[in-house]
Amino acid sequence: MTGARSGGPSLTDTERGMLDGREGPGVAMAMRVVVAVARVRGAAGLVEISGAHIDSCLYHGRAGLDFARRLLDLGARVRVPTTLNVGSLDLVHPGMVRRRTEHEQEVAEEGRALMDAYVALGARTTWTCAPYQLDARPARGEHVAWAESNAIVFANSVLGARTDRYGDFLDICAAVTGRAPHAGLHLTGNRRGGLVVDCRALGDKALALDLTYPLLGYLVGLRCGAGTNPVLLGLPAGTDEDRLKAFGAAAASSGGVALFHVVGLTPEAPTLEAALQGGSVPTLTVTSVDLRAARAELSTARGTRLDAVSLGTPHASLAEIAALADGLRAGAPLDPRVAFYLSTGRSVLERARAAGHVEELERAGVRIVVDTCTYVTSILDPDDRVVLTTSGKWAHYAPGNLGVDVVIASLQECLASARAGEVVLDDGLLG
Amino acid sequence: MDSSAEVRTGRTLHPGSGSGRVLRLDLPLSFWGGVDAGGTVVDRHHPQVGAVVTGRVLAMTSGRGSSSSSSVLAELLRSGAGPAAVLLTEPDAVVALGAIVAEELYALRVPVVLVGAGTFEALRDGEAMTVEAGPVSARLLPG
Repeated sequence: MTGARSGGPSLTDTERGMLDGREGPGVAMAMRVVVAVARVRGAAGLVEISGAHIDSCLYHGRAGLDFARRLLDLGARVRVPTTLNVGSLDLVHPGMVRRRTEHEQEVAEEGRALMDAYVALGARTTWTCAPYQLDARPARGEHVAWAESNAIVFANSVLGARTDRYGDFLDICAAVTGRAPHAGLHLTGNRRGGLVVDCRALGDKALALDLTYPLLGYLVGLRCGAGTNPVLLGLPAGTDEDRLKAFGAAAASSGGVALFHVVGLTPEAPTLEAALQGGSVPTLTVTSVDLRAARAELSTARGTRLDAVSLGTPHASLAEIAALADGLRAGAPLDPRVAFYLSTGRSVLERARAAGHVEELERAGVRIVVDTCTYVTSILDPDDRVVLTTSGKWAHYAPGNLGVDVVIASLQECLASARAGEVVLDDGLLG
Repeated sequence: MDSSAEVRTGRTLHPGSGSGRVLRLDLPLSFWGGVDAGGTVVDRHHPQVGAVVTGRVLAMTSGRGSSSSSSVLAELLRSGAGPAAVLLTEPDAVVALGAIVAEELYALRVPVVLVGAGTFEALRDGEAMTVEAGPVSARLLPG
């Protein structure tokens, strides 16, 4: 190791060489960003990473494209296996994203250029916010640099891998240098639970509902904010990954939660004591009253008007697509006045097609979106004012992003409503 | 240092200097999904929805939510719709990254400064302030 500069991380000779341009100007630029963030985070040094997931491929304006192109022009290329998050376009179904306004045309053109730039930097064309549904799942204890808030919280919590809460730009710089600041959730001490969330009072009925998990995530995120790791107590042993995904995505949206533990379920929480690393922390007891309040808070629409249903944020898994196909098969046709969207990753879509689910969805009129998501780009019709979703994340962001009103509901409520052509909720659902 | 009304200081997360009136947020804000391209807060769950960050000394405990906030902040700074300076009480790397990249690409030096909780609490919404952030430490000056 060479000496640290004032306030900055200690660098190895290899890392110092990257910073000094020995591996080219692209690597040097990426290392400048990694070191600057390490300084912000107060990191003593950098950590080698074994993989990266890039959020920066979604178009938010010229700055993102300028950054990727600068790296590319300077000769940078990823040095670890790197997956890509959603972009602004559905490259498989190009007609899905609208190009009517000047802004939409800009996003279509520049967004495509941005996606191309990241492929040219050497990343895989995965285009999904759920890279954990792919073959590339980091093992427990493995250091990675994953960006995109739901991917981060899933990697840390459900897989037990280690990533900090990375923002756009740091993700690709980590992929180019193979390094990340050794700080935050890369360090064992920062992974201890900071708030026990006691779910035992919810009862078996609520805990058996998919809808409970995004609502719980929304509540817990509001309570924890960024920097406190919640520890869930009392979830059923069979709580599946899709429920943990929905919980984590909502908690990351409402509070910046990047790691949670579920006692008896997630890798670092075989016991409550293990999750707390021997510490003592406050307890929050959650009841069905809280869940009903969370549903009311997250739902901005009043009345029964319904224009669209949007599922798959984060991207729908094969199991979720199978459940939707079963639900469609079992009942009356959907009201054609209600647009019904499902977002998923292209690789999961192929598996769903092989399993025969896609045919069922298409027959029912479900519009399948891949490579991007319904709340990040112009997919919904501007006349769609009220949208049902199963996702706490979608419900949290879509009113701001799209100007729509939302209702968060169970899959069964979404299907019943899409059939009826209006919002039909089961008020007794949450107990 | 918080006891002095004249000299307020902080730790530099990203160096630079900027002046503007303070916009003190009651809750953390996600730039992505929370602020539109014109710099207006559009997060309907945020108590200060409708406020404009452009040209302000934006004070908040931290960012929150999406990791795309760094992209959105960099773009706000590029387009001129961004804050003049950012004050935080938590060293939020997602927010700092937006400013780091704006300097890397466009040589814009918008300071991001970590202040103590006491300094943060004493900020008056609307007060005129100049933030001068050197390599390590920063000063918050009146006017």
